[in-house]
Amino acid sequence: MTPRQRRWIFLIAGAGLAAFYLWGLSGLPGFGHYPGPYGPAILRIAVAQTNATGVVSAINFDYRGFDTVGEEFILFVAAMGVATVLRPLRGERERPALDEAADRDAPPTSSAVRMVALLFTGPVVLAGWWLASHAQTNPSGGFQGGILLATAFILIYLSGEFLVFERFSPADLTDVAEAVGAGGFVAIGLAAIAMNLPYLDNYLPLGTIPGAVSSSGTIALISFFVGIEVAAAFTAIVGELLDQTLLRSA
Amino acid sequence: MGIFPFLVVAWVVVAGLYGVVTSRDLIHQIVCLIVVQSSTYVLLLGVGYVTGGAAPYFFDIPLHTKAVDPVVQALALTDVVVEAAVTALLLSFAIQAQKRFGTLDPTELAPFKG
Repeated sequence: MTPRQRRWIFLIAGAGLAAFYLWGLSGLPGFGHYPGPYGPAILRIAVAQTNATGVVSAINFDYRGFDTVGEEFILFVAAMGVATVLRPLRGERERPALDEAADRDAPPTSSAVRMVALLFTGPVVLAGWWLASHAQTNPSGGFQGGILLATAFILIYLSGEFLVFERFSPADLTDVAEAVGAGGFVAIGLAAIAMNLPYLDNYLPLGTIPGAVSSSGTIALISFFVGIEVAAAFTAIVGELLDQTLLRSA
Repeated sequence: MGIFPFLVVAWVVVAGLYGVVTSRDLIHQIVCLIVVQSSTYVLLLGVGYVTGGAAPYFFDIPLHTKAVDPVVQALALTDVVVEAAVTALLLSFAIQAQKRFGTLDPTELAPFKG
């Protein structure tokens, strides 16, 4: 098929799509007039029922917890997929991280980059940890915190050499952390079944102060495990992609 | 405002799809797919918006303040993270395609060999 034909087929299909979409729009309530009832019902009961002031987290890790298990396993499988797809091909071998030209040294990381990256690493770890452990309070949670924790490892890469990054996040460790994160979520749900409750039922004490770190029962705990899973998955993905720079076909 | 946000969604979808269909480079094609995907954020958040509504977090605002729909926000949240991971997977396919076939042009990749 020539690019020209592709474009024409796309234009016809796109016009059809646009027509159906506009038709569908004509039946929607206007922007700003969300009719519910699902969202408003949860807004009415969520804080009283879960003691979490972050209603989005209450939905992610409690009301729609089962859905989030699925989402988390998409992440898990994607990270495993990256590791599988990027395995060394036949005739490829790893070489030490040296510059291509033998007669000169690789330029060292500048002190400015190293300094800034190291300065940021601590606060980023702290912020990531804080986010992952405050899902019940405010717009935070395991997903956001996990990404920040993974960023800390990328900063370590920036501040030094790839080999330092590998020392800080050896593949075995990220694999185990990923398994603990994903498995912990599932295990919390299964524990509810062992207690004759529905899967992922919130069976831990909810605390007394809404939004406190000790409140909201399993919501806080699941968010913590999700944080581990997300941090490990993204560290593993970045590690795999950086590994590619060390491969050379024999 | 009326349906304007939903027209933006349609525009982002079709612009991204056009890129996917006409792309001559796998990396560019993946970026176009991200554009298509990001339309879902606009759609989800647009559907759940309530005029004058606050964010659904009742830590420092009184309980039962009028707020936007939290369900679609929860969906958008997980969507963002999963999209990033799936993008990494697609990019790793592109890396292997470049290694194996020496090109990133999808039209030259067309007849796949085992």
